[in-house]
Amino acid sequence: MSGSLNITSATADPALLDLPWELPLADWPSESIASLPKGISRHLVRFANLSGYVVAVKETTAEMARGEYDMLRTLQRLDIPCVDPLAVITGRGTENGDELPSVLVTRHLRFSLPYRALFSQQLRPDTATRLVDALAVLLVRLHIVGFFWGDVSLSNTLFRRDAGAFAAYLVDAETGKLYPGGLSRGQRENDLEIARVNIAGELMDLAAGGRADEDLDPVELSNGIVAAYRQLWTELTGSESFSSHERWRIRSRVERLNDLGFDIEELAIKTAEGGTTVRIQPKVVDAGHHQRRLLRLTGLDTGENQARRLLNDLDSYIAANGKQDMDEEVVAHEWLIRVFEPVVKAIPRELKGKLEPAEVFHQLLEHRYRLSEARDADVPLAEALSSYINDVLRHRRDEATVIAPPTEALDLPLDAVDDDGEPTADWRDLV
Amino acid sequence: MASVTFDNATRMYPGGTRAAVDKLNLEVADGEFLVLVGPSGCGKSTSLRMLAGLEEVNDGRILIGDRDVTDIPPKDRDIAMVFQNYALYPHMTVAENMGFALKIAGVSKDERAARVLEAAKLLDLEDYLTRKPKALSGGQRQRVAMGRAIVRQPQVFLMDEPLSNLDAKLRVQTRTQIASLQRRLGVTTVYVTHDQTEALTMGDRIAVLKDGLLQQVGTPRDLYERPENVFVAGFIGSPAMNLLQVGLADGGVQFGQSVVPVERETIAQTTASTATIGVRPEDIRVTEDPNAGLAVTVDLVEELGADGYLYGHADINGVRTDLVARVDGRIHPYAGETVRLEVLPNHLHVFDVESGLRLSKPVTL
Repeated sequence: MSGSLNITSATADPALLDLPWELPLADWPSESIASLPKGISRHLVRFANLSGYVVAVKETTAEMARGEYDMLRTLQRLDIPCVDPLAVITGRGTENGDELPSVLVTRHLRFSLPYRALFSQQLRPDTATRLVDALAVLLVRLHIVGFFWGDVSLSNTLFRRDAGAFAAYLVDAETGKLYPGGLSRGQRENDLEIARVNIAGELMDLAAGGRADEDLDPVELSNGIVAAYRQLWTELTGSESFSSHERWRIRSRVERLNDLGFDIEELAIKTAEGGTTVRIQPKVVDAGHHQRRLLRLTGLDTGENQARRLLNDLDSYIAANGKQDMDEEVVAHEWLIRVFEPVVKAIPRELKGKLEPAEVFHQLLEHRYRLSEARDADVPLAEALSSYINDVLRHRRDEATVIAPPTEALDLPLDAVDDDGEPTADWRDLV
Repeated sequence: MASVTFDNATRMYPGGTRAAVDKLNLEVADGEFLVLVGPSGCGKSTSLRMLAGLEEVNDGRILIGDRDVTDIPPKDRDIAMVFQNYALYPHMTVAENMGFALKIAGVSKDERAARVLEAAKLLDLEDYLTRKPKALSGGQRQRVAMGRAIVRQPQVFLMDEPLSNLDAKLRVQTRTQIASLQRRLGVTTVYVTHDQTEALTMGDRIAVLKDGLLQQVGTPRDLYERPENVFVAGFIGSPAMNLLQVGLADGGVQFGQSVVPVERETIAQTTASTATIGVRPEDIRVTEDPNAGLAVTVDLVEELGADGYLYGHADINGVRTDLVARVDGRIHPYAGETVRLEVLPNHLHVFDVESGLRLSKPVTL
C-alpha cells in the first residue's frame, strides 16, 4: 500500500486501520465483508464488521466523499434522521502503487432496513403507503432546514419500524445541498417531482421482479407522497387568520402539531385590522414531540410513534392505578420499573436481535389486544408476553443488522456483467 | 423546440451583498448548444437553476420560446435536467427503463412505444430494448439514462456539470457522445461547466460568467480570437494567454527591446502610459537577433512530442513576469538558458490597463 493513507474521522476507531484499504472494494475478501450485497448501487457499497458494529463503505471521489461526510455531519447537527458518518479515507493505493478511489464510511443504523428488506414475499399496498408517508415526513423535515435532496427515493432511505408506522432516515446525501436561506418553492416542487418519479420507478421495478402485490398501483402510490407532503407542509408552515375572539385556535394549532409529532419552538403572532384579527404562523418547528417527552420522563430513546404508544400505556397505567395526583415523573419511573423493564428483561437473550425493545413493547400491546378480543376478556400482560415471545417473536428474523444494498439500481461507470435475463416477449407491452 | 431568453434576469440571495446573477441578458437560439462557463461562484449554476425554476428570479424574466416561465413551476416548464438521476432499474428492460416516466405522466401506450423506439434508434439501442440493464456495457447504460430524458421530448435540455463524477477517459468519451447526440436531436441545450476545454469542445456558443456578470458570449473561435476583456483572455485557452503589463511606445507597445506595432486608434483609446497585452503561447517565437524581443530565462520546457511549452520568466520594468511560449518539440532551449522571445505582430491583444477592456481590433490571421 502507498504510505499516504489519510483518514479523517471525528471519532477515530483504530479498527478502521484493519480493513484491507489496499484492495479495491470489489475484491475485498469475504472475511472483511459483513454480508455480500445482492445488487449494485450507484457506487459500490460494501458492509464490514468493525469492533462490534457494522459499517457501510462506499467508493467515490475524494471530493464527493468529503462533501457527503460534511453534509451528513451538518444534517446530524440539525437533528435530521440520517446515517452516521464515520470517516473519509483518501490516498488509497494498491501494493503496486496504483491509485484507488477514496471511500466514505458510515455506521450502519441498528434495526434499520432498506425498503426491499421490509417484506418477505411481496410488497403490499398498505406497507408501501406507510413507507411513502415516512419518506414524506423526512422530506418535509429536510426542506424545513433548507436541504434540497436532489435524489429523493426509497432506495436512498433506510426505514426503522416505529409502532405500526415507519421512521425514515436519509442514507445518500451525495446530490444534496443546504441552502441556509431556505428553499424556493421551485426547489421543493422539484424534489417532490423527483420523489414521485423515483418511487414509481422503484415500485414498477419490484412489480417487474414479481415482488409487488398485484393490487399495488405504483403510480397511485407515488402520487401519495405529493399529497402527504403538502398536507404536512401546510400544517407545519402555513399561516392562519382568525378573529381575536377565537384565541383558542392558537392552542388548537399547537395541539394539532403535537399530534403530528412536532413542537412549535417559535410562533409568529400578528394582530391586524385594529386588533380584531390575529394571524399566526409557526416559525420554528421541531420533530420529536413525543420522543422528547418520553425521554424526559423515562430516559427511553425511541421512535416518535413508539414514544406515543408508550406514553399512552403510561397514561392507562396512571388511570388504572388512580395515580392522577402524583408527580408525573415519579409515576413514569414507577411504570418504567414495573411495566416496561420486566417486559424487556423477559425477552430471551437469543431473541434480542429481532426487534428494538420499544417495538417489542408495541407489538406486545397489539398482541394482547388481539388475544383479549378473541377471548372477549382482558388478558394479563404476563400471559400475553409469554404467548407473544413463543408464538410471534421467536419466528421473526433478526432485524438488528439486516444488510442489503441501499439500492439495487445500476450505475454508469460499472463494468457490464453477462446477461442472464431472458428476452421478454414484446417490449411494446412493457413501456 | 424553442429558444431560451434571459431578460435582465437577476438572482439575489437573502442577506447577500451582491447579486449571484446580475441582470443576465442572454439569448439561446432554437436548437443551439450553449455552454455556461466560469470559475466557482461565478453564477453559472445559479443561472441554470433559474432557468430550471429551482431558483427564484428576483428581477427580470426568463422565456422559453415566447412563453414567460419566470413564475412557472419546474415540472411545467417543459425542460429536462439530464443526468439528474441516472439510476437504472435492474428488473425492468431497457424499454421500460426509458419509458416508465411517460407512463407516470399518463402518455398512451402506443405513444410511449413510438417515442421509446425513436429514442432507441437515435441512441443505437434498438437491439437492446428487451434486455435488462445489467446486460449492457457502461456506455450503453449511459445512453439508456439519456434515453429517459429524450423520450420526454422536452423543449430544452439542461445539464449541470454532468461529467464531473466520471474518470478522465470516460469524460472525454461522454463529452463527444453528448455533443454529437445533441446535434442529431437538435434540442436547445444549456450546459454548465467550470472546464474551459469542455466548453470549447462542446458548445456552439459559450457564455463566460464571473462574479454573477456575463463577461462575453460568442463562438469558441470568437472567445479565443477576440476576448473582450482580460478575464476572458486569461480564462479561455490552455495554457493560458500571457498577460503582461508593458509601456506604450510610438506606434506600438514595448516588448523588451522591440516595439510591437499596434494601430494608432487602439493606442488613442487609452490615456495611460502602459497597457495590458495578451499573447497566446503559440504566437511567441524565439529570435536569434540579439537586439530584438524580450530576454527570458527558461525555467522548464514541457515536451509534448511535436510541440513543447517553454515556461520562463522575464524582468519587465522591474517586475518579474512569468511567460509561456510554444516551441518546437525537438529543437528548443533548455532550463537555465536565456533566450530572446518576440511576438508575431498581428497576434497581439491589447487591453486597457485600468478597466481590463479590449482596445485592439480582432486578431487577423
